[in-house]
Amino acid sequence: MNITSAKYTDNDNAIIQATIDGTEMSVPLDPANRHYAEIMRQVEAGTLVVAEAD
Amino acid sequence: MSKARGLADLGNVYDDGALSNRSKIINGAMVIDQRNAGASVAVSGSGSAYSTDRWSGFNSSDGAFTLQQVTDAPTGFTHSLKFTTTTADASLGSTQHVGLRQMIEGYNVSDLAFGSSDAKTVTVSFWVKSSLTGAFGGALLNAAENRSFPFSYTINSADTWEYKTVTITGDTTGSWSTGNSTGFRLTFGLGVGSSYSGTAGAWTSSAYTYSVTGAVSVIGTLNATWQITGVQLEVGDTATPFEHPRSYSDELSRCQRYFYSAADGTAQALGMGVYYTTTQMFGAITFPVTMRATPTLAAASGSQYYEFIRDGGADYFNSLSLGNRTTNKIGEIQNDSEVGGTGRIGYGGWIRTDNSSVYVHFDAEL
Repeated sequence: MNITSAKYTDNDNAIIQATIDGTEMSVPLDPANRHYAEIMRQVEAGTLVVAEAD
Repeated sequence: MSKARGLADLGNVYDDGALSNRSKIINGAMVIDQRNAGASVAVSGSGSAYSTDRWSGFNSSDGAFTLQQVTDAPTGFTHSLKFTTTTADASLGSTQHVGLRQMIEGYNVSDLAFGSSDAKTVTVSFWVKSSLTGAFGGALLNAAENRSFPFSYTINSADTWEYKTVTITGDTTGSWSTGNSTGFRLTFGLGVGSSYSGTAGAWTSSAYTYSVTGAVSVIGTLNATWQITGVQLEVGDTATPFEHPRSYSDELSRCQRYFYSAADGTAQALGMGVYYTTTQMFGAITFPVTMRATPTLAAASGSQYYEFIRDGGADYFNSLSLGNRTTNKIGEIQNDSEVGGTGRIGYGGWIRTDNSSVYVHFDAEL
């Protein structure tokens, strides 16, 4: 997955708004969700930062 | 296949405990295409994309291809999935790989006891057609892709539907999920480099083995085509007739555990909502089946793509996002920006799409 942006929404940091493969997506913080799992993998690899909510 | 042969094969399957719901594959006949409705999907560079439900093409090469649900199919089927090389890569690197796969949820293969001494033999069967001939490859892998059984099948005549079967002995070692994560990865290699290719007919721990050494590379020939349908994976050493009795609605429901298109196009109802503040609307979309996991929402955004009908009028907004109380049963949705409306706290209303480009998709794929 090509994740070009990721940012928590203001809902208790429970959703990540991300651009994945060119598409805007709302990603829940469910480890079984493939998009969230990939975001976390890239965060742990140091290649992605999830921005704080406004 | 003769009637006697078919009955005999079903008898063998009965002995294995699966006379109905035999296939572990969902949408093996390629009839469901929620995302694309028969439109072509391009896959270039490094990435993957879904075409017909549950089937995704993956590409890690310098080539490109399209995937498309088409109505060219062997007798007894109405659709197939067609792969077409649009940019050839005739000299794949050792780790480059192209193919088609379906990931099968662990719950659906838990009875096969892979990773234990009781692991059961399974058989994969399918109809295939290609503009190329020769020995093609594929593999059955675990989620970690460190256990793989490469298999080979031969296409004898170009542009002719042929029926193939592959029997795979159960893997008695390795880690195989039996929950809601990936249990099996069934992969058809359509161009796989040497490092990710192996010997047919035996389990290997060599990582990422997607195909067999020397297999035909469809991505290597411009405009080459490869089509598949009638894919079945079942317990036992015998391929039984394709499990056609599944209804369209049954197959759609199975697909919706992984992907649900709530709307595609304009003037489509999404559900009820209510103003939480003067500018913030919340709504709920009940999924038709419990999804595999809490899904991702992908929803188109644009000027006045959505409307909220209330109190004799309508408010418009540009985009939707997921609320934080979403579960795998109900999606909580909210507007991101209220446009030109006069919302009042507590107003209830009806949410619907207002542009032909709108899509609202929930994704819980593996």
